[in-house]
Amino acid sequence: MKKPVLSLKNIKVNFDTMDGKVEAVKGANIQVNAGETIAIVGESGSGKSQMMMAAMGLLAANGKATGECEFEGRNLLAMGKAELNTIRGRKISMIFQEPMTSLDPLYTIGNQLMEPIKHHLKFDAAAARKRAIEMLELVKIKEPERRMRSYPHEMSGGQRQRVMIAMALANNPELLIADEPTTALDVTIQAEILELMADLQHRLGMAMIFITHDLGIVKRIAKRVYVMRKGEVVEEGDTKAIFANPKHEYTKALLEAEPTGRKAPPVAGAPVILSGEDIQVTFKIGGGFLGSPPIELKAVDHVSVSLKQGQTIGIVGESGSGKSTLARALLRLLPSRGALNFNGQAITGFDKQTMRPLRKQLQVVFQDPFGSLSPRMTAGQIITEGLIVHEPAMSAAARDARAVQALEEVQIDPALRNRYPHEFSGGQRQRLAIARAIILKPKVVVLDEPTSALDRQVQKQIVDLLRDLQKAYNLSYLFISHDLAVVRAMADHIMVMKDGKLVEQGTPDEVMLKPKQDYTRRLMAAAFAS
Amino acid sequence: MLRYVLKRLLVAIPTLFVIITISFFLMHIAPGGPFNMEKGIPPEIKANIERVFHLDEPVLSQYLRYLNNLIHGDLGPSYVILNFSVAELFAKSLPVSLWIGSLAMLFSLVAGCAMGVVAALRHNGLIDYIVVTLATAGSTIPTFVTAPLIQLVFGLTFHWIWIGGWHEGALAALIGPVITLALPQLATVARLMRGAMIEALHTNHIRTAKAMGLSDYSIVIRHAMRGALLPIASYAGPAAAGLLTGSIIVESIFQIPGIGRSFIDGALNRDYTMVMGTVIIIAVFTIVFNLVSDILYAVIDPRVRYD
Repeated sequence: MKKPVLSLKNIKVNFDTMDGKVEAVKGANIQVNAGETIAIVGESGSGKSQMMMAAMGLLAANGKATGECEFEGRNLLAMGKAELNTIRGRKISMIFQEPMTSLDPLYTIGNQLMEPIKHHLKFDAAAARKRAIEMLELVKIKEPERRMRSYPHEMSGGQRQRVMIAMALANNPELLIADEPTTALDVTIQAEILELMADLQHRLGMAMIFITHDLGIVKRIAKRVYVMRKGEVVEEGDTKAIFANPKHEYTKALLEAEPTGRKAPPVAGAPVILSGEDIQVTFKIGGGFLGSPPIELKAVDHVSVSLKQGQTIGIVGESGSGKSTLARALLRLLPSRGALNFNGQAITGFDKQTMRPLRKQLQVVFQDPFGSLSPRMTAGQIITEGLIVHEPAMSAAARDARAVQALEEVQIDPALRNRYPHEFSGGQRQRLAIARAIILKPKVVVLDEPTSALDRQVQKQIVDLLRDLQKAYNLSYLFISHDLAVVRAMADHIMVMKDGKLVEQGTPDEVMLKPKQDYTRRLMAAAFAS
Repeated sequence: MLRYVLKRLLVAIPTLFVIITISFFLMHIAPGGPFNMEKGIPPEIKANIERVFHLDEPVLSQYLRYLNNLIHGDLGPSYVILNFSVAELFAKSLPVSLWIGSLAMLFSLVAGCAMGVVAALRHNGLIDYIVVTLATAGSTIPTFVTAPLIQLVFGLTFHWIWIGGWHEGALAALIGPVITLALPQLATVARLMRGAMIEALHTNHIRTAKAMGLSDYSIVIRHAMRGALLPIASYAGPAAAGLLTGSIIVESIFQIPGIGRSFIDGALNRDYTMVMGTVIIIAVFTIVFNLVSDILYAVIDPRVRYD
């Protein structure tokens, strides 16, 4: 039983870049046995994906791999393309992180599923079609016959990932490599896909390598785990043993990075700072000259919010549930119906001009720390830009002093303020975005997935920072996230949204431990299954 | 889809009307007329001729008369090549331009796509550099330079081709104008195809195809090239409209009796009906081939649906 399917021995992967040679993997050893599921865990840039890409011959043109990838007594790295193609898609197959783009948009699902079956098993069209439909049934796609004629864009991300799994398993491979297969999916879909993969592994008996950054997934799916950092395997062994008793410092840090703690509710009698009653936002889709009338989409459907001073409301829900739209409507960043109130003043129907004096008290931090900072401005210019608008009388020296103060508050060395955004890491950039918001001394800050693009460890630091700032300035947060572990640590009130409607709300304990609605229950089960 | 095509053709009618109106009045604003000869003809004879062709009437009533004739399918008589109607002249010159234009289009599409694909597959290699250099040269060297060069080398030196004349469409007479017309298009197609292929080869679904162990043929032709043809489809429509309606320079240098020459001759001689006829033909071709482009786009890419 302990026969290895694939053993990677002393794998090194180098990339030739403009800045010289970059070593992505520095001599890693990994082994997966027949019928076994292992996980390779590490943060972005740890080399975990590139190592498996190298084994599959999928490295970018500037990449080069050395070492040995032994499969059935042969070294994959020494094979020519023709020989490798008798193994790829036949005996080893791979699925990827991006279900939305991993299928060819120009061919039907059936066409794409049948192609590798015909190619490797030499089936005729009728037999390949039969096999493809079987596979779609196996991955629980409804109406497989009809779906054979669908194009990828007619399917959701979860369905596309199911099709990818069907394609990968159609030729009965001995090994399936899954590179972050659920990362791009909503949390409930994530749980379904994981369950499906575990079930298929059990039924078909292939070995599985699961590449992930999510320790929850590791715990749920893998018997053995390899922890990678900076191109090296720092720890390996039985998953349970490692979770119970991590040896390497890095593994310990990774395990401790889960955000902890709870937020106390705001003091009794705290005034309501921002509220919206019965908010509705509709978008028009389509329509136009000589066209059919536009379709109205209700992005936010009669939702009321009341944010008290010092409170953090967590808004959770899957993508497309309307949580960001709701926050934008509350800040009057987009037109909406329903009464809005800020700091005792009715702001219903306020336009750009009338909102401007209030903007400094209503700040936003966005998800993408890369896209939301202008690449052509220095950190100092970025964070003081708001001051120039809202406090034009302030002298340059005074502005600079405020910038220094704000940077110190977000724990960035103020000496770095003349650098450009690309010289900062993702976490530092998110700190800059926070500094840009708090320098204006706002009352309300909307945090739109502020930690979602960050690694777990960095995430924890940002959560701590946000909590400290809240205490120091009695800030009120609207915290939008699909990551329930972070919301639990940050919010004292949670609103669950689905399809633009408010499904359920309450304290974290009420919502997470005793969910009343079926949807909330599924959401919690998916997030905290481990 | 059929509804969409009908709708587009319906929108074409007012478009054509606007084009015809603007061209008609612009042309009459230009000084001179079809019967203003250098030597001059006796005023009473000129007046007679102008009365026959209704050129003595106010421009507005000439315009209405032209529109009325046009609706009945009459493009009018030529004012310069007497005793011939514009339609009769087009019956002779349009097929010539269409034939040369379609050959040039076909050649530039096939050769351009092939060059683009090969260059993309050898990205940053020797063949890639050669293709990029040729494509740059092809787009930058004007036809009035390439045409005489082709005449000089292949006609006068090697005697492989006719240097001018139509010769009833003989192959030796076609090669020169077809190659000259095709070169700039070929260069653009090759450049577009190369860029689109390089991009297509780096997409995630190509990575999937490789991971599934599919053959190079399937990866390059079936998966990468189909997507890469999209920009070509958008480009080819308007380009074809331009090629098929004749090129003034190429038809003049190679002495080809095509529609491009009748346009320039008509404009210089104030042959009003001839110019209007050519404008209408070019407009119709442009509208139709833009529509063909859009339809091709939808045929290649199932995500594009018109209704």
